[in-house]
Amino acid sequence: MHSRRSEFVAGVKAELPILLGVTPFGMIYGVLAMGAGLPVGPAMAMSSIVFAGSAQFVGAQLIRSGTPGMVIVFTTFIVNLRHMLYSASIAPHLAHLSRRWKWLLAYLLTDEAYAVTITHYNQTAADSPNKHWYLLGAGLALWSTWQVSTAVGIFLGAQVPSSWSLDFTLALTFIALVLPVLRDRPSMAAALSAGVIAVLAAGLPYKLGLMVAAIGGIAIGLWVEARQPSSAHRRQRADIQ
Amino acid sequence: MNVWLLLIGMGIVTYAIRLSLIVLIGRVDVPPLIQKALRFVPPAVLSAIIFPELLRPGGALDLSLGNVRLLAGVLAAGVAWRTKNVLLTIAVGMVALWVLQAVIPH
Repeated sequence: MHSRRSEFVAGVKAELPILLGVTPFGMIYGVLAMGAGLPVGPAMAMSSIVFAGSAQFVGAQLIRSGTPGMVIVFTTFIVNLRHMLYSASIAPHLAHLSRRWKWLLAYLLTDEAYAVTITHYNQTAADSPNKHWYLLGAGLALWSTWQVSTAVGIFLGAQVPSSWSLDFTLALTFIALVLPVLRDRPSMAAALSAGVIAVLAAGLPYKLGLMVAAIGGIAIGLWVEARQPSSAHRRQRADIQ
Repeated sequence: MNVWLLLIGMGIVTYAIRLSLIVLIGRVDVPPLIQKALRFVPPAVLSAIIFPELLRPGGALDLSLGNVRLLAGVLAAGVAWRTKNVLLTIAVGMVALWVLQAVIPH
């Protein structure tokens, strides 16, 4: 049942609805990059060399404002630091793979591919030896869509009016991804506290607020989990009483 | 800085972050606390991206009823909670935003 092919196809299928939200976002990046004065070649190449939506947005904006290159690279580092958490989270599932596989899948480890894959890994009790094909399917579906949609944005140029508010699809995509992982009180606490901290810390430079919020939310999630007596404990106590 | 050098710098930094712990965790034992913490990565990071998008749409905190992104986002969250349907969530959220933008002066 869990052949390479079926895992790959399942990954592509899980990613498909996400692509509806990602496509406008890719187009907006293309428009933004043109507005920043990037030539077509580098604007297009950024989508495969960097392949990280929010970092590409910030990068294009910084290029437009004439920010020094080292600062842009440093900002990219900070904006993408959250992927280190993804890297840690997905690592146990990829530990058995060859170096070549790890290097390939790391390249495809975006917000959207990570989110559907980790949800899949956490839901399926049985461990398929081919489950890395799921991440490959999700990652490649996203990668190819990102390339095409940014190219469309580059060639459409400024013809997408900002009153369409297409950038909102990104927030909506993340909303659709996060609600299903809120399965218990500790994860709800983690989500809520991370969100509140992110709003309070939004003024920090280099988008550092995101990282502060993520670590704060994880800590609160752990704390709530530790306070909550596990069901096994509860049963024991009931027996004693 | 040459624009190609800049792209390569941005690319190396991004790739190194994504690869870092995939390679490292295969080699060293992960402390139990970190293992427990990892399951909170998706809810914490995704919410940290979403909340400012909804609550600070113009770059400043806006809790008023005129904040159409907040209203549309909450509605979309309700759809996501009930249906777990990504397409429907995005579609309802976008339509709600357009309708609210047309109805509510801002």
